[in-house]
Amino acid sequence: MSDLNGLTLKGALDALAAKQFSAEELARAQVAAIEAANPALNAYVLTTPEKAIEMAKASDARRARGEAGPLEGASIGVKDLFATEGVRTTAASKILGGFVPPYESTVTANLWRDGAVMLGKLNLDEFAMGSSNETSALGPVVNPWRSRGSNKPLTPGGSSGGSAAAVAADLCLAATATDTGGSIRQPAAFTGTVGIKPTYGRCSRWGVVAFASSLDQAGPIAKTVEDAAILLTSMAGHDPKDSTSLPVETPDFASFVGKSVKGLKVGVPEDYRIDGMPAEIAALWDQGIEWLKAAGAEVKSVRLPHTKYALPAYYIIAPAEASSNLARYDGMRFGLREPGDSLAEVYENTRASGFGDEVKRRILIGTYVLSAGYYDAYYLRAQKVRRRIADDFDAAFKDVDALLTPTAPSAAFGLGERTDDPVAMYLNDVFTVTTNLAGLPGLSLPAGLSSDGLPLGLQLIGRALDEGTLFSLAGALEQAAGFKAKPEKWWA
Amino acid sequence: MSIDAATVRRVAKLARIAEPEHRLEPLARELSSILNWIEQLNEVDVEGVEPMASAVAAKLPMREDVVADGGDAAKVLSNAPKSADGFFIVPKVVE
Repeated sequence: MSDLNGLTLKGALDALAAKQFSAEELARAQVAAIEAANPALNAYVLTTPEKAIEMAKASDARRARGEAGPLEGASIGVKDLFATEGVRTTAASKILGGFVPPYESTVTANLWRDGAVMLGKLNLDEFAMGSSNETSALGPVVNPWRSRGSNKPLTPGGSSGGSAAAVAADLCLAATATDTGGSIRQPAAFTGTVGIKPTYGRCSRWGVVAFASSLDQAGPIAKTVEDAAILLTSMAGHDPKDSTSLPVETPDFASFVGKSVKGLKVGVPEDYRIDGMPAEIAALWDQGIEWLKAAGAEVKSVRLPHTKYALPAYYIIAPAEASSNLARYDGMRFGLREPGDSLAEVYENTRASGFGDEVKRRILIGTYVLSAGYYDAYYLRAQKVRRRIADDFDAAFKDVDALLTPTAPSAAFGLGERTDDPVAMYLNDVFTVTTNLAGLPGLSLPAGLSSDGLPLGLQLIGRALDEGTLFSLAGALEQAAGFKAKPEKWWA
Repeated sequence: MSIDAATVRRVAKLARIAEPEHRLEPLARELSSILNWIEQLNEVDVEGVEPMASAVAAKLPMREDVVADGGDAAKVLSNAPKSADGFFIVPKVVE
């Protein structure tokens, strides 16, 4: 095997099982690739090469004993929002200081249970609040992709920008990520990778740094649809430590990839045809419709009339929940503590110095909409609009099995291009945020290139707990699209 | 709806974030532009609509009222900015 780094998760698992190379050899190749690329891409905020080699050796020993798990020896990157025992966890914020969790998140514990090897912690927007990875206190991630004929650094999207960039640049076989309004799917679309936000409650939130608890959900970013299915199968599962974790069986999601989609009904929501949608994104969407028809699916138009209200509702609900969740960062029990003349001043100085501008902005918005006199006008109204949006989906899913939409309203844009206007940045999530509000699964896969040679994604939305249908449809689209493009390794 | 510098000062106080005086006006403008954009929610007819707080319809599960784990004082204190003798050390609250 010449290039172990270029393997898919499935390819690596098969080769490991066939003893073509060891987990240790794979981990060493990945560690070397990360060392070479990370100064340019900043995808990892912490690499754990010694831990990776140690875990890989233990994996090889397990395999030799005949105890190989479903992810045995697979080298994985972890978004730095998941608490990892004994390994610094930052949420890309200064306020956590040098926080070293004395516990492991359930999702990552599930991966290690299944034999995976950790390569390090991946960059993100601070507390997962952002769509370009530029709010990270540890610096932005640079997208491995560049526009044709240009050296301009592009965003990998956000908030899971490190996860998406690392997968696209072959700096891990696959990565964990989280999605509160589109943070798995938009970066996946910007980097030519596959990402799925499963049904709310599929993956435990225990040990994941909280942003907006009623919306946050973990999921994988991977190189192929099958890889995403394999990783999600290990990540998911009921966890009594998260009261919103669903007490349901986790299917073998990979078994749905490659299934026929003949006879499945797919809806095309006309309300997603927003003003100003670039022609090439509209064209890719139409192409996706044709691919699904050719694969035997029945495609029909549906209405989701409250779509345009999803983002404004989200920007009440998510900041409100964040302002409450982030109240814990007070400098008393862990993380940063700044001096002050009184207890109140210690709180205020700690939070002023520890939080970045976007996080402060959202805490202030959240505090405002929850404050006396405004609660009904903002928060309660947003929760009612949320119900309307969920009802739209319920009605649509009476007629169809899944929905097809674009993932994001543009291809990756330049770093620094959209940092001046918060609302313009928020619009990145216009197609993804609806599923967070409704708790539904959404999957993004790469389906083509823009005229500048940048990846574009299509999104599939499914019924609650019906990720299987999404994996079948995504498998069909992946085959039809034949997306094989990779970024040039300009950083090597 | 527009908010002014005085409102930002009040909200920042509620949120326990020190905002210097010169940041209040720019923040008022930024937050107003976000809130003005959010105003479009007033177009939605929400008469009689039940507010939705969670995507999970199920009732929160109950568990046995027993100790599940504990005795980890050292772990709990391991990230404390200041601690001594098994306690967090915090600024003086009562004079």
